[in-house]
Formats: sequence, C-alpha cells, structure tokens
Amino acid sequence: MEFQRKDLVAIEPLAPEEIVHILDTAEGFLEVSRREVKKVPALRGKTVVNGFFEPSTRTRLSFEIAEKRLSADTVNFSASTSSVKKGETLLDTVRNIEAMVPDAVVIRHGAAGAAEFVARRLGCSVINAGDGRHEHPTQALLDLFTIRRRKGRIEGLTVTIVGDIANSRVARSNIHALTKLGARVRVCGPPTMLPPQVERMGVEAYTRVAEAVAGADVVMALRIQKERLGRAVFPSDREYARVFGLNSRVLEGAAADAIVMHPGPMNRGVEITSELADGPRSVILEQVEHGVAVRMAVLYLLLGGGRSEWTS
Amino acid sequence: MAETYRRVLLNADAVRRSLARMALEILERNRGTQGLALVGIVRRGDRLARRIADHIRKAEGVEVPVGRLDITLYRDDLGRKGAPPPLGPTDIPFSLDDRMVVLVDDVLYTGRTVRAALDALVDLGRPRAIQLAVLVDRGHRELPIQPDYVGHAEPTRPEEEIEVRVGDDPSDDAVFLVEPGWDEGEV
Amino acid sequence: MDFVIRGGHVIDPASGLDAPRDVAVAEGKILAVEPSIDPGSAPVVDASGLWVLPGLIDIHVHLREPGQEYKEDVVSGTRAAAAGGFTAVAAMPNTRPVNDNAEVTRYILEKAHRGGVCRVYPVGAISKGLRGEDLAEIGELAEAGCVAVTDDGHPVSSSLLMRRALEYASAFGVVVVSHCEDLDLARGGAMNEGLASAYLGLPAIPAEAEEIQVARDLLLARRTGGRLHLAHLSTRGSMKLLRYAKRMGLPVTGETAPHYFTLTEDAVRSFDTHAKMNPPLREIADVEAVQKALRRGVVDAVATDHAPHAPDEKEVEFEAAPNGVIGLETSLGVTLRLVHHGLLDRVRAVAALTWGPARALGLPGGTLAPGGPADITLVDPEARWTVDPAAFFSKARNCPFAGMDLRGRAVGTIVGGRTVYWNGRILAENLETAERLPT
Repeated sequence: MEFQRKDLVAIEPLAPEEIVHILDTAEGFLEVSRREVKKVPALRGKTVVNGFFEPSTRTRLSFEIAEKRLSADTVNFSASTSSVKKGETLLDTVRNIEAMVPDAVVIRHGAAGAAEFVARRLGCSVINAGDGRHEHPTQALLDLFTIRRRKGRIEGLTVTIVGDIANSRVARSNIHALTKLGARVRVCGPPTMLPPQVERMGVEAYTRVAEAVAGADVVMALRIQKERLGRAVFPSDREYARVFGLNSRVLEGAAADAIVMHPGPMNRGVEITSELADGPRSVILEQVEHGVAVRMAVLYLLLGGGRSEWTS
Repeated sequence: MAETYRRVLLNADAVRRSLARMALEILERNRGTQGLALVGIVRRGDRLARRIADHIRKAEGVEVPVGRLDITLYRDDLGRKGAPPPLGPTDIPFSLDDRMVVLVDDVLYTGRTVRAALDALVDLGRPRAIQLAVLVDRGHRELPIQPDYVGHAEPTRPEEEIEVRVGDDPSDDAVFLVEPGWDEGEV
Repeated sequence: MDFVIRGGHVIDPASGLDAPRDVAVAEGKILAVEPSIDPGSAPVVDASGLWVLPGLIDIHVHLREPGQEYKEDVVSGTRAAAAGGFTAVAAMPNTRPVNDNAEVTRYILEKAHRGGVCRVYPVGAISKGLRGEDLAEIGELAEAGCVAVTDDGHPVSSSLLMRRALEYASAFGVVVVSHCEDLDLARGGAMNEGLASAYLGLPAIPAEAEEIQVARDLLLARRTGGRLHLAHLSTRGSMKLLRYAKRMGLPVTGETAPHYFTLTEDAVRSFDTHAKMNPPLREIADVEAVQKALRRGVVDAVATDHAPHAPDEKEVEFEAAPNGVIGLETSLGVTLRLVHHGLLDRVRAVAALTWGPARALGLPGGTLAPGGPADITLVDPEARWTVDPAAFFSKARNCPFAGMDLRGRAVGTIVGGRTVYWNGRILAENLETAERLPT
C-alpha cells in the first residue's frame, strides 16, 4: 500500500485500504509518543502552517505536538491574530499562505468545503482539521484507531453515535470511516438533529437512546452545541440530558465490554454524565493520546514522500 | 533481454560459521556478557541479532537481551522522492542506558543506515558504547563509519547488489552477489 | 421584400408548423411562410440544414444595469442573449437602484435603445426597494414600459402584499411574477436538502420552501383572478401544484430553467459555487418531474434566470458565494439536449423558448405568423460544441455547464428583420444600426 495523496480533506473519498494504512502507520507513532525522547527527525526542514480560522484548543494543540514530534517547523496563523478579521477573503489568505512556501497547511475553518477550497489552490499538502459541519477526518481516524486498539477490529462492530448528527462534522467523518471498514453504525438523536435521509448514508437511525445503545460495542456521545439551543432544534439541555444523555443506566443495555467515547470538549451532565466519562468504560483520554499519533501518521504519509511540485 | 547473474557468496554453513565467529569476537572484545545487548536493524539485522544471541547462549549459557530498531524516521532521504516508506517496528524491551550495545545489520554499504541507527539509538537512551556488527561489508562508504565485527568482506561494484536471506530456518540462510544484467550497470 | 430565408425547416409551435418552409420578410415583419417563395430580386438566406424558429425569448434575465455593471450590463447581456439565439429578454428589477419607479425603467429602455442588440422588456418591482412592504408604483411602471412586476430574488413573504399586488397589477395588464420561497423555512440554506446536503454538512433548503409559496400564490391567484407567473420552478411538487392549478382553470403560467432539468444536487458535491443558485439544484426525481412537465406542457417556458457574478465573488467558500448562474449562451443547447436524448419533442422544446414565454408575459412575437415582427432565430440543430465560458459574450463566467458537450446552437439571430448575430459574431451596435443581412 502506497499513500499517494497530496491532501487529507475528507474521509469520504478514501478507500478502506488507505484508512487501514493510516491506522497501521499510527501504531508506529504511538510507540514514538511513548518514548522518553518523543521526537524523530522525519520532517526536519519541513514547514507546516496551522491555519485555525475558528477557535480550537485541543485539535490545534494535538497537531502542533504531532508536528513538533516530527521535527517540522510550525507557524500558527489564527483568526484572532490574522487579517481575516479585517475582511480578508479566504482566497487572499490562501495566496498569503502560499507566499510562505509551506510544505503543508493544517486548516480549521467555519465554512464547509474550506479545506477543499484551499487544497485545490495550493500546491502543498492540506490537512482538514474541521471545515464547518462537513468533515473532521483526523478525529474520525483517531476514533477508529482507539476502537481498533481496544477491540482488535472495526469490521462487524456495532457503533452508536448519539447527539446532533446533522450538525456534526465528527459524526459525518466517523460514519464514512466506520461504514467503509465494515462496522454497523447507528445514529441517535432527536429527529431535529438527524439529517434528512440519513439512512441513505448507510446507517440506522434511532430516536430512542436505549434502543440505539442495546448491544453496541462502542457508544460515542457528541458535544451538544449550546448555542443551537432554542433555535427549534431542542428545547432545553435539561430535557436533552434526560432523554438523550448517556449515563451508566443507559449503558447497561450495551455489550458487556462496550467502550464510551467523546470527541471533546464535554458538556458534563448534558450529553454524558461525569460518572460515565470518568468510569472504566471511558476511553476519552486515550482518544486524546491517540490523536497525536494519528496526526503524526497523517503528516508523515503526506510529507514523508517526494516533495509535491509547486503548480502555481 | 536483461540477464541477471546470481552467485552464492556464503551458504548456510558459511553464514553460521561467520555468525558464530562474530559472537565469539563480541564476547572476547567485551570480556563476557556483562552489560551487553544486541540491537538489530529492521528487517534483516534483527533476525541476525537473534542468531548471534543464540550463538552466545550456546557458548556462555547466557541470554543476551535483543531489541529491534526501525530507522525509517531517521532516514536522510525522507521527503525527497517517491511514496513515504512504511514504518517498521521498533521494540527495545530494555533500557539502553549504560549498556554496551552491539548494532547488527546485514550489509554495510554507504553507512547511511548506520548513521540513522546511531541517531535513533541516542534518542532512545544513553549507551556506554555502541559497536557495529555486519554480516557483509561491501565497501563504498559515503560516511566515516567502520564495522567492529565483519562476517565477510566482499569488494563489490556499485551496480552490484548483495542479497541476504535470513529465513525462519537457519539452514536456508545465504548471501548472494547479484550482478546486473547486460542492459544494466556501467560498462 | 427585405429578404427570403430559403430551404430551412420551420418550427412554429403557435401555428403547429413543423415542416420545410421558406420565410419572406418585408419592412421588418413576417410577410409569408410558404413551401416555396420566389424571392424575385430580394436577397436570399440559404437555410438548408437549419431550423428556422420564431426568435427565442428569455423572460428571466438579470442584466445588472443600472448599478452592477461590473457583473453585466445591457450591452454585454443583450450580446450574450443574441449569441444564444434570443431576440428578446425580460430584465429583472433587482438593479441598483431597484427598478421600482418609472425613472429606472426609462433608464434601462434608453440603455437598450442605445446599446442593446435584442429587445429588452423591463420588469418592475412589486414592492418599493424589493423590501416586501409597500407596493411600488405599478401603474407608472407599466406606463413606462414594464411588462410585469416581481420582487425576484426576494420572495414576497407577506401574503397580504402578494394579494394586493395581484389585484392592483391586473388593472394595468401586467403579470405578477413570483419568486416562490418560504424564507423562514429556507433560512440560511445554501443548497437543496437531501442526500448531498447530508454528506456535505451545508445548511439546506427543503423543496417545501418553494412549494409552500407556490401553493399560497396559486390560492391567491384563485382568490383575486390576477395574472400570476411562477418563476424558476424546480421541484416535483411545484410541477404537480402548477398542473393542478391549470386544471382548475387558474390564470397562471410557470417557467423552469435549463439547470433544473439537467443537473442534480450532486453538481455541488465538490463545493462548486458555479452550481449554486436559488432555488437550488434538486434531486433526480425533481429533474425528471421538470422534464415531464415540459413534455406535457405543464410548464410554459424555459427561462434562464441568467444571473451574472464577477469571478472573485464566486471564488469564495460555498456558503459565502452569491446565488446565481448564467445561461443565455447555453439555454438553447441544453434544452435541445432533451430533444436529442428523446426526452422532449422538438416542437415542445421550441414552444418553451418562444410562444410559451411570449404568452406568459404577454409579449409580442414568439411566432412566425405573418404580420408579426420578423424576430427569427436560425439554429443548426446538429452543430456539436463544448461549453467554454471563456468564449462567452457575457461578462460573467459562472456557468454550471462548462465542459459539457452540446448539440445544436444558434447560427443567426434576426430582430425586427435585422441581423444582429451571425456565425459567432455580433454584427451591430444596436437594433437601429443593424443591417438586414450579414455582409
């Protein structure tokens, strides 16, 4: 298996073998991350621009750590410190980044399609760190990596995702990745949070959390965006917690060895109880550790080969 | 049509004798097994390290710790050509600190792999000293690196290749010299 | 006689004609359409192998003048129209300033008189400033030359205002053109709500956002008896509602656009802003329903909703991109695609580009009946070409059909007996300076 892509913009276009190859590569980087000296010289001399046009703490930190562990030079370009706030268009921003001649750009942006927009216009590699409600591919990869390490496989597992599916890039990327690798995916939430025709994405839709969780090997809670509260999507976080929140009682119906995941940051007491988040089923902190290994693998696979030709 | 000539440099017996001699030399130079560890470079060096450890056990009755090292992330040609090379396993289940580490590889050629391995080793710990054991030294060094233990020295031409076979069964071990066919290599 | 077009195949849906005919033109009018006409000393246009059609009419065009001439203006827009085979266009009122008063209407007509190479029929606003609050001076607009009123681009959200517009406009014989969209339901949407939006995570507009207002406006047309025309219909439900309304005998017409019977929501799967318009591209079931509605004559007209934008306005994030695509130079070819694919017979196709739109807005032309204006389009139905927006006469390039292989295109456009476009070239500065025939 050779990884020949210039960019990682979305999970949707990836072949199952490509996903597996990224996960396999991440195993080696997990070992590196556990060494005393966690740094390898693989990307020495490479410049990576982290363009975060939307607030993010953990994803940005995870990418930065991954880049530094690979010895890449990193430049951070965030909305609060850049000229973006002054009305500069994404195209102008792209041209400015291009002038820095980076080897890769990691981009987080509020607009769906922003990563693809940038990838098409830059000769260097582009990694999507979340574009609007579209995709968040490295999150899905780290989730799969965590599941595979815990369960030894993806194929044949039942994975339940609970929350605002329609507005979640994490859910979308996970649905693609999990179904490609043969997992059975259930999504659950109030109908206002399920995309219309969601079954056509190859998943089963549930509106009752107990049914969705029954027999599941993996249960993933999504963050509830409180800013959407009241906009006719859900009436209150109290009701959400009661009807759709994950707690240890709901998890009783899951497989005996079911694991509980959350992409973070959590609203404790809303989509997940603290008892569950901090309990023995929870792999939430492993997800964070694995995020670095997976992002190292993605950076290595995109930048460790021949330098892409500058087209512009 | 390109024809390729393959000549046996070492057969299974010769490989075994070479490795046994190298094991004895390692013991002699280091005055026994105290603090000794072997680290083989993935993918054939780690198998050879196992073979040497077996000879040491036969000679001394002592199990020397053996680790394996993947040097991919330390290669000096990353990001320069082709697809990124796949990662191999690095597994050194003991501390390198204050060890006498014998680095084992199949073929010593330009010295670039050993350079990468030295960098990787010092990132993993602080050995007291590092020695180098290779089954075949074929010359053409591009870096100032010399082996401490050599199974077989073979002057080669750059266009030739050394093919080392280290199988599951030592009776299949062999070293070949592969000459380029008519259409390949220099005139 | 000015000239005779000989040896062509005439398709004139209004008279049911689909046969080889010669066409004689005298004093800017159709003189005769006969199996064989002796030209005498008059010049002859050899139309062998060509279709001779009534001049095509596009009743939904944004010429952008006044105010946004960087996107398009009367000169470039009418040239694009003539090159696409159109002899007349209806110009939407969302200009800057809005065409909500006679002054702006006269300005547009003056620009068309000086630099337009096809007929331009201004359409006025329903409400002042397109704000959806107070009626515009529809009487004066009609007097100044507006053939219809619409708040296109901004649906009339107030049912009361829509009712009043239908009532009031009927006094002046102007049609009320409705852009049907329930803004509350469509709020923030950037594409159709369906499987593609589920994949892309873009805010989406359900088909019902259009259909709810189609239903409302049909009911108001029934209540008021006012002449209603439904703009850019895109959904299966809208087609069903229009069919139902026509069966009830309501005074209503409807149009669709080439992209709605050609492209599905999948065209935006790559976040291509050139496929972003409002209403958005729908699903295959809708595309097939629109084709069926054309076949049955339920939908009266193909209109392009030609909406030019500057390239850098479209080269932004999908959600930030303005709605709209251009269509004047592809409409005929894309419509004939249905004919070549056996999905639409050619008389229906020609009707939707000529007689249908003429009737919908009550315009002259749309037929080759003797005595009418000599607005004629010559079409090579077999000409194969590939859509290349860089070669357009329009200032804009936001075309969703770029790269599409088409069969059939206009080779000559004659307005009032004068040839404005011939074989890839615009021949005149305006309608008055145009020569009768290419020299």
